[in-house]
Amino acid sequence: MTHSITVTVNEKEYTREVEPRLLLSDFLRHELGLTGTHVGCEHGVCGACTILFDGESIRSCLIFAIQADGHNITTVEGLATDKDNLHPLQQSFWEAHGLQCGYCTPGVLMTLIPFLKQNPNPSEDEIRHALSGNLCRCTGYQHIVDAVKLAAEKMK
Amino acid sequence: MKPAPFKYHAPHLLEEALSLMNQHADEAKLLAGGQSLVPAMNFRVVQPSLLIDLNHVQEMAYISEDKNALHIGAMARERQLEFNASIETRTPLLHEAVPFIAHPQIRNRGTIGGSIVNADPAAELPVLMLALDARLKAQSISGERWINAKDFFAGMFTTALEPNEILVEIELPFMSAHTGWSFMEVAPRAGDYALMGVAALVTLDENGKCTHAKLVYLNAGDGPVDAKDAAKSLEGETLSDALMESAAAMASEKEINPFGNVHTSPEFQRHLAKVLTKKALKQAIQRAGGAQ
Ligand SMILES: Cc1cc2nc3c(=O)[nH]c(=O)nc-3n(C[C@H](O)[C@H](O)[C@H](O)COP(=O)(O)OP(=O)(O)OC[C@H]3O[C@@H](n4cnc5c(N)ncnc54)[C@H](O)[C@@H]3O)c2cc1C
Ligand code: FES
Ligand code: FES
Repeated sequence: MTHSITVTVNEKEYTREVEPRLLLSDFLRHELGLTGTHVGCEHGVCGACTILFDGESIRSCLIFAIQADGHNITTVEGLATDKDNLHPLQQSFWEAHGLQCGYCTPGVLMTLIPFLKQNPNPSEDEIRHALSGNLCRCTGYQHIVDAVKLAAEKMK
Repeated sequence: MKPAPFKYHAPHLLEEALSLMNQHADEAKLLAGGQSLVPAMNFRVVQPSLLIDLNHVQEMAYISEDKNALHIGAMARERQLEFNASIETRTPLLHEAVPFIAHPQIRNRGTIGGSIVNADPAAELPVLMLALDARLKAQSISGERWINAKDFFAGMFTTALEPNEILVEIELPFMSAHTGWSFMEVAPRAGDYALMGVAALVTLDENGKCTHAKLVYLNAGDGPVDAKDAAKSLEGETLSDALMESAAAMASEKEINPFGNVHTSPEFQRHLAKVLTKKALKQAIQRAGGAQ
């Protein structure tokens, strides 16, 4: 049996019929075509699927789409106004080489948005702690940390 | 992987949830934060045919206090506990330990009730419930009952709840002003389940003698492990290094029963327990106003 849900994603409202077992990550990717949200493990460990749910970072693989009915979601596609105007956090990742393959990047960015809001002047220790829930197989994290420091400067 | 199909109900009132649980206890699962249940469903380790989502039950998400105790609704999020001022002043042990649970993204969803009922021996909250002498309120359509934390955990992922009962509230007596606390754990990476962890409480009288102590361990057996003999050996005594050393040895060698896992051997867990116990006792004594 399907249920009708209405969800606001990146300030746009969508109404869709969903099966209860549809994960929010799959809803975003397959129903809405927002493939920026990546899926790595589907058990909450890798962080690739992190999105904002009513402004807070959560794992979109550990919540059903039906639970998002009436809620406000931001995905990585909601950060930049267009490809020439990146969000300062994205711009910093570009400039500081904070990504290689980019698989982890959307989840990392969506983790850092609320983090930088709450900690506008983070120490390196705090940055590394904030990143502990996001696995990156490429960068060794050093350039991600540099990018976060740069972003904190830019966003002052 | 993807979960097997299920039916979904999202009641707004506890009363509706209780009556649904009563009708469907054998096939239904309660959905709280989903941070343990949904991974298990994604792997099809669990395949409930009905989910009763508690996320709309507003009346279960409070944190309040009366004269002697904190009252926490089972649906209060772990992230809510982390930043709550009452918890920080009334039960500083809990305040100190919550950030060790998983990552912020998980704590934004995960609930105190979900973690307690999940009863993972490696989880922090069950250990804290034992350490803080929590009382847990279980409710079903036929009424409510209070269960002491020490009678609640019944082994690996098992509790004293009946199939039709919902955990609705956690009551935590305030810690006394003369009680010092410490929570310490060792995890491979911040936010991972810990290899070993301990919650320590020490109460001192005006002469610096220990009147009460508690040592509770995570990942040290098939549930939270209360090392009663080690704690007892400290009571009535002035806490010297030698005494703490022997209590740490007693707890780590005799009272805990760690199983080991891919990251660690039971021997290493015992070693960690011993080291952590000594460090935690020192910190707790200091915070109780003692000399150490
Ligand atoms: C990557 C990752 C890392 C984690 N690391 C840690 C960690 O380091 N330490 C730690 O302690 N936890 C950790 N967790 C688990 C996390 O804390 C969970 O949130 C918690 O264990 C379960 O809470 P929940 O609200 O999400 O419950 P759910 O997953 O929704 O439910 C868990 C179980 O409890 C039942 N249940 C829920 N609420 C009630 C209720 N009120 N009455 C009766 N039954 C109920 C459900 O039916 C289910 O069987 C981690 C999780 C993930 C995904
Ligand atoms: S896909 Fe969600 S955390 Fe890995
Ligand atoms: S850039 Fe490849 S996983 Fe992080």
